[in-house]
Amino acid sequence: MGAFDRERLAMLVQPDRVHRSVYADPALFELEMERVFGRAWLVLGHESQVARAGDYFTSRMGREPVLITRNESNAIVVLINRCAHRGAMVCAEGRGSAERFVCPYHGWSYDGSGALKAVPFASSYQKEQLKDLRLRPVPRVAVYRGFIFASLAAQGPSLEEFLGPAKASFDDLVDRAPGGELEVAGGVFKHAYHGNWKLMLENHLDGAHPAWVHASSVAVARGAPDPGAPGAERYSDIAVRQMRQNGAPDAVWEAIGMWTTRYGHGYMGDYHSDDRLVAGMGNPAFDEYRNLLIQDRGEKEADRILRVTLWNTIVYPNCSFMSQFRQLRIVHPVAVDRSVVTTYSLRMKKAPARMFRDTVAFANVVNGTGSWVLTDDLEVYERLQRGLASGAVEWVYVGRGHGGDVEEPGGARRGANGTSEIYVRAQMRAWLDYMAAA
Amino acid sequence: MTVEEFLYREARLLDTGELEAWLELFTEDATYWVPLERSQKDPFETSSLIYDDRALLELRVKQARHPRAHARQPLARTVHQVGNVVVTNESKDEALVHSTLTLVEWRNEKQRVWGAHVEQRQRR
Repeated sequence: MGAFDRERLAMLVQPDRVHRSVYADPALFELEMERVFGRAWLVLGHESQVARAGDYFTSRMGREPVLITRNESNAIVVLINRCAHRGAMVCAEGRGSAERFVCPYHGWSYDGSGALKAVPFASSYQKEQLKDLRLRPVPRVAVYRGFIFASLAAQGPSLEEFLGPAKASFDDLVDRAPGGELEVAGGVFKHAYHGNWKLMLENHLDGAHPAWVHASSVAVARGAPDPGAPGAERYSDIAVRQMRQNGAPDAVWEAIGMWTTRYGHGYMGDYHSDDRLVAGMGNPAFDEYRNLLIQDRGEKEADRILRVTLWNTIVYPNCSFMSQFRQLRIVHPVAVDRSVVTTYSLRMKKAPARMFRDTVAFANVVNGTGSWVLTDDLEVYERLQRGLASGAVEWVYVGRGHGGDVEEPGGARRGANGTSEIYVRAQMRAWLDYMAAA
Repeated sequence: MTVEEFLYREARLLDTGELEAWLELFTEDATYWVPLERSQKDPFETSSLIYDDRALLELRVKQARHPRAHARQPLARTVHQVGNVVVTNESKDEALVHSTLTLVEWRNEKQRVWGAHVEQRQRR
C-alpha cells in the first residue's frame, strides 16, 4: 500500500478541491472497500425486515455478501453469507424466513446465529476438525431507533458516536410515526448507474442542482393543473408539487440549513412547507394523523415534532433518507464506475392508510426506477463519471461557501448557506480519515 | 381496426417517436401501469415502476420533449416487437387484449433488450 500512504492520500483531498482519481481510480476503489466500507458503520436496513426469528434478508457490505437475520434468542445477527466449507454463498439473494440456512453445494447447514448444525458425510470428519467452522458473524452490529447498522471492523467509534448530531435526523424520522412504529413496506426499487458511489451521496444534499438537472420536470409541472384543495387531491398532485418545488427560487435554497458531522454525515433543511408538498393541515388524513400523534405524545410535543423540517439526510458512506415521505436509499459500490441503489419506503404502522398511499405515490414518481426525476439524476451521474475519467484535467472544485462554515454546539458544522458545498467537503474529510488511518 | 392492428399502430408510433399521437390513443380514464412486483395486485399500497394516470402520462410525454430532459434527449431508438396476441374477454365496447413485447432499445451507444407481458383494455 506504499502507493497510497497518508501523504499521497492527503494530496487528493484538499480544502476546496478533490482529485478526480478519488472518483475514477480502480486502485483507490479497492482500498475504499477495505478502509471505508470495511471500517465505517453501514446502514443495512430496518428491524421490521426481520420481525420474527428466522426472518432474513441479504445485502452487501462493500464487497462482502451478508445475511441479516433474527436468531432463536430474538437477537439480530449479521453473518458473512459464505459457506465455511467451499465458499459458496449459502443464502440466495433476497428475503424470506428459514429455520436453517443450507448451502446449495454440499448441504452444510447453519442456524440463525451462524453455528454449523449439520454436515453430510459427518463420519469422514473428526469432531475437532469442524468445531471452529461456522458462518462468520460481522464483528459489530447495533440498532438505532429501529435501524440496523453493522461494521466489519472490530474496533471503532460506537454507533452513537458515529452518528453524532445526525441522530437528530433519525429521531425526526421515527418520532413522526405515532408510537414510533415504522416498517419497511410497499416494495423495494433497485437501480444501477455507471458512476461512483459518492456521486449519489453528494447529489442528495445539492440544492444547486435541481434547477438544472430537473429543469424539464420543473417546466412541465409548472404547466400542469394546480393541485386540488386539501381533501380533494389527485394522485398526480404529489408529483406536481415536488417537481414544482425543485424549481424553487435561489433564495429559498440559500435560506435552508445545511449541517455536517465529523464522520461525513449531512442533512439539509426543508425547502417545502407542508401546504406546498404533503397532504398537510386541512387534509382529513393529515388531521387524523396529527391527532394520533397528539394522543401519543401530547400536543406540545406533537407540534414540536411536526415543526422539524429536515429534507434529505446522508449517513456516510452508504445511506440517504428523508423523513416526510419516509424514503431510504442504500448505495452499494460495485466498481469504481458502477453502483447499485436499493430504495425502500417506510410505513407508519399506526397512521391513516392514506399517508402511506402518499408515500407510494411520491416514491413512484420521484425515487422510482421509472421516475423522470431520478433518471435525469442518473444520466448526469454517468456524464460525471465520463468527465472524471478524463486525465487531461485533474481537479474537482468544491469551494462553494468554503470559509463560511459555522461550528454549532453539539458538534455539527453548518454551511454558510443552504447551497454551500460543505457536505462534499465533510464527506471528503471523512473519506480521508478512513483511508489514511493506520 | 383489429386488436392486432391497434397494437402495431401503437408500436409504430413509439418507434417513430410520435409520442403525442401515441398519447392520443389513451382515453381520459386510462392508466398506464408497469408493476414493480410479480403478480402485483395493487398500485396504491405497493410501488410501481410506472403508475401514471392520464394527467401524469401527458406530463411524461411533455417532459421527454424538453431540451433539458437529460435522460430522454435524444430519445432512445427502439423496436417494439409485438406478438402472441390473445383476446380473453370481448364485449361490444371493449376487448381485453394480452400480448408479449420484445423491446430493443439503443441509446448512448448501448443496446438493451426488454421483455414484457402486456395487457390492454382496448375500447372501440
